[in-house]
Amino acid sequence: MNITRTIKYEADRVKGFGDEVMKVPGCEKLKDCIQCGTCSGVCPLSVYMDYTPRQVMELTRFDFKKEVLSSKTIWLCASCYACTCECPREIRITDIMYELKQRAIHEGVYPRKFPIPVLAQEFEKMVTANGRISEMPLVMKLFMKTDPLGAMGNWQMGLDLMKTGRFSLASEKINNREQLAKMFAAAEEKA
Amino acid sequence: MNSNREELRIGFYVCHCGHNIAATVDCAEVARYVGTLPHVALSREYKYMCSDPGQELIQQDIREHKLNRVVVASCSPLLHEHTFRGATEAGGLNPFYFHMVNIREHNSWVHTDRKEATEKAKALAQAAIERVAHHKALEVKRVKIHADVLVVGGGIAGIHAAMTMANAGKKVYLVEREPTIGGHMAKFDKTFPTLDCAACILTPKMSEVGNHPNITLWTYSEVTKVDGYVGNYKVTVKHKPRYIVEDACVGCMECIDACVYKTPKFEDEFNEGLGKRKPVFIPFPQATPQVVIIDPETCLNLKTGKCKKTCVEACADRMAIDFTQQETFDEIEVGTMIVATGFKTFDAKRVPAYGYGVYPNVYTALEVERLVNASGPTGGEVITRDGRHPKSIGIIHCVGSRDKKTNVWCSRVCCMYSMKLALLLKEHTGAEIYNFYIDIRTPGKGYEEFYNKLLDEGVHFIRGRVGEVTDWAMTPEEEGKLTIRVEDTLAGYVRRIPVDMVVLATGLEPQQDAQDVRRLFNLSCGGEGWFLERHPKLAPVSTFTDGIFIAGGCQGPRDIPDTVAQAGAAAAECLALIDKGYVEQEPNTAFVLAEECSGCKSCIPLCPYTAIAFDESSKVAVINEALCKGCGTCVASCPSGSIVQNLFEDDEVFSEIKGVLAYD
Amino acid sequence: MKYSYFPGCSLKGLGRAYEESLLPVMKHLGVDLQELDDWNCCGATAYMSVDEAKACVLASRNLALAERDGNHPILAPCSACYLVLNKTKHYLHQYPKMKATVDRALNAVGMKCEKDVPVRHPLDVLINDIGLDAIKMKVTKPLQGLKVAPYYGCQIVRPYATFDDQANPTTMDRLLEALGATVIRWPLKTKCCGGSLTGTIPEAGIRMVYILLNEAKKRGADCLATVCPLCQFNLDGYHSAVRRQYGDVLLPTVYFSQLMGLAFGLPDRDLALNRAAIPFRWRPSSPPPAPAKPPAAKSVAA
Repeated sequence: MNITRTIKYEADRVKGFGDEVMKVPGCEKLKDCIQCGTCSGVCPLSVYMDYTPRQVMELTRFDFKKEVLSSKTIWLCASCYACTCECPREIRITDIMYELKQRAIHEGVYPRKFPIPVLAQEFEKMVTANGRISEMPLVMKLFMKTDPLGAMGNWQMGLDLMKTGRFSLASEKINNREQLAKMFAAAEEKA
Repeated sequence: MNSNREELRIGFYVCHCGHNIAATVDCAEVARYVGTLPHVALSREYKYMCSDPGQELIQQDIREHKLNRVVVASCSPLLHEHTFRGATEAGGLNPFYFHMVNIREHNSWVHTDRKEATEKAKALAQAAIERVAHHKALEVKRVKIHADVLVVGGGIAGIHAAMTMANAGKKVYLVEREPTIGGHMAKFDKTFPTLDCAACILTPKMSEVGNHPNITLWTYSEVTKVDGYVGNYKVTVKHKPRYIVEDACVGCMECIDACVYKTPKFEDEFNEGLGKRKPVFIPFPQATPQVVIIDPETCLNLKTGKCKKTCVEACADRMAIDFTQQETFDEIEVGTMIVATGFKTFDAKRVPAYGYGVYPNVYTALEVERLVNASGPTGGEVITRDGRHPKSIGIIHCVGSRDKKTNVWCSRVCCMYSMKLALLLKEHTGAEIYNFYIDIRTPGKGYEEFYNKLLDEGVHFIRGRVGEVTDWAMTPEEEGKLTIRVEDTLAGYVRRIPVDMVVLATGLEPQQDAQDVRRLFNLSCGGEGWFLERHPKLAPVSTFTDGIFIAGGCQGPRDIPDTVAQAGAAAAECLALIDKGYVEQEPNTAFVLAEECSGCKSCIPLCPYTAIAFDESSKVAVINEALCKGCGTCVASCPSGSIVQNLFEDDEVFSEIKGVLAYD
Repeated sequence: MKYSYFPGCSLKGLGRAYEESLLPVMKHLGVDLQELDDWNCCGATAYMSVDEAKACVLASRNLALAERDGNHPILAPCSACYLVLNKTKHYLHQYPKMKATVDRALNAVGMKCEKDVPVRHPLDVLINDIGLDAIKMKVTKPLQGLKVAPYYGCQIVRPYATFDDQANPTTMDRLLEALGATVIRWPLKTKCCGGSLTGTIPEAGIRMVYILLNEAKKRGADCLATVCPLCQFNLDGYHSAVRRQYGDVLLPTVYFSQLMGLAFGLPDRDLALNRAAIPFRWRPSSPPPAPAKPPAAKSVAA
């Protein structure tokens, strides 16, 4: 029989992880969490989450970095802000989710073959380079990287888009891409 | 320094207060330094100056070392100034030759650097030494206490306080703004955790109040003006017209039967709008006084003047109905007062996610109290607004409590009353009952046992704050029901639970007009709007205004046992003052140097206590010492500098400043 | 009234029907929209997931462009753009470190972001600047008998919107009523449409689309009215996927601006109704009732 250890030892924690997150703008109030579960109660995506949003808050606060960063929960968050608006402790849960997503990408620990982080990164690359998003090429890229055959399942939609004049493979770009590049470069310089 | 005076011999004491001061301030160094200052005859450190040996030390030193001034550096004067003045007096000196330095709240508790804190303590001590040299002998004045008492608010707190004092032989005025006394408790069905019926234990007390020879009960009345000071308050009470001559009404209610409205038509406030009443009505059968009232908003005669006045006919020669009644006023004199104005319940519409006011089957807890009550609008039958007998009921805790968007505090009573309602609803309906809670709080005698009883009875408890109540159905069993979406945080699953009825355990809030009442009685409020007690532990029913006490829900959320205990405590405080017969007044009052006063009158409107009058014969301002609270406003504002305040004379204040600046 | 129009990527792509219908409606109401020159992507939710500081820099370039070009309020019709631009402003106010980073970036290209240019949603402008009375006067073909479920979605009311109630927004309800439509009351008007999950995790996304369509239909709606290109795309484009998982729930989803154009009697080319997968075929029944009478004073002036 396959069983796994579920008890947590102090060594399983990455001490300081929670404190680091709580230092990020927007994430400060995590300290005030009373684990009431309102966030999960209002979250439309909690239906599919491996940890409920409330559990993610607690795991983050207690430095269970690995569990949190590799969870599906943070990627299922669709940024609807219902939790942030309803939290009785005014914790900006959506912003904490963003912070955790960034860390997961930075450390490359998001769940494999999960399309959302792939989309986020392709999106970021495209915007950084062009200043704008070209929706069709972005979607194509996503399918290529995650589910090449899945694209086929969406032929009906492609057809609909063509029929309604919304299918375009053109690459949208801003004129002053150089300016945007300069801005990003300056932002990354140390103050 | 005045050379005419006897030689100054100052005794200085620095207190360790255990570790409270000594951990941050080098007390030995402070004592050593102060010992080097001029006129200091002796300088000591001691572990607990407020202890008996500490006080003894002061007395002994005064006698043996011929001290004529005393300075203690310790905690806040609020705590122990009285103690050390007493010790100074016991040693044979005028108590006002003492001065106190606060090196705890102002120093050791707020600093971490021991060296800096020690230096600060030395500077403050030096300032006190300079100041005390200028202190004068003062006399404490005694003011007589009027033996009558006013109790404001006729809920269970006001009722209990009034009864306690009336039974002790004091004359009590009880003023209630509603047409009946009884407050919130009168609306409850049963009381936790013993489940005794609220009416059975409350209404006998209510009628006792109504009949007590020592109690003057004024319902449908409000206090509009408070003047005076401890022992001698003048209070104006407004009586609103109820269009009934109270003395003539015998409570037969024939006028109600006779009203031109054959059936009750208007929202019944006592039943939280769940029932109807007529324009002439009595709030509930055991209302005290047993006197009807006519609502001018709905009475045909009062609104239009066109009515057959069948009520007047029915009343016949009792002639208790008087449509010409106007507001009247009474002015009374009392020595002490108890403010017991209660609370209001949270408006559930402020949490839109729970659908109160949108979905008819969402109720507040107070509404359910009426619904399960045998004398309620349905005679105790639990039937929802859309006519259903609920088979499943969800009770949502903490609605308008522990929530930064509404009220941050825990309302203390909701866990217990929710469980009480759960049990009553289960008894009445046999429904499945779900409690949705964040934490169950049962800190009271028999409360945890009550929780256990609920578990035994099969009432469900789900730990999670409800996300929303909605009427859209995801599954067949949710069709036609209200669905509660919540995380069962102990199981770690989000659940959707369909129910027929939702009960919102709304929290407690300060009354809408708490700020007006606060100003009227010169009380203080905490940031949340509850009336502030003088000390949260040691003076829980006193206020910052002498002779005025608080009890019950106006001070913060509390249950009936705590309210009654507090009401008893407030009554005891009043009785203590009354039976002592007098109060001593701090002599920090201001006085006018008549020969220097120009008679400009600029001080008169500035005095917050209306203590200054203008003497027409001598054309100068005169301060009534009994009214003066020593705030110093007039002193600072007098253009000719002709007002002086005891304990804050110019040379006292300036020498203190000099002292603190002299240290470097 | 002049505004810097910030279309965002979607209104030039999949959501072009929104732009195609909004611009004529605004013009018809006399609103002066000037498209922000060389605007860039707001960053949406995806960019924030990768690098928050850079996301703020990206969004603030748009704020700086608006400031440079006359400092007119930005009109952002897309919910994501509206939220991200407002969120960026909030961060610049709230977090000095973020402001420093953004200032450094803008400084490097000689731009500034200091004037606190307002970022507004068309619903806000329509209700609060133009007013329902002015809108009613333009209605020539009231949408009598059309039952519309107003769908606000998440990001225009949460958490930065100030022009409407977070829990129960009503601006679109009032607008639709002014057009003569019947507004369906339903509890899902601010629930999430699934965002990009329809594409990335279809099981989750399609379920949310289904719930919205099904509930609106159950309550008798003829169509959903939306304010966001992503909501429209999700609710309109995934009917076949919904059918595969849950069965048929056919319900068209239109932009509120398309309904406005319809009620104003604008020509078909200004309605862009042909851009949807699920066609919206409803037309005001003819002959329309007499147009609302303009107040006397106004007619004299005209």
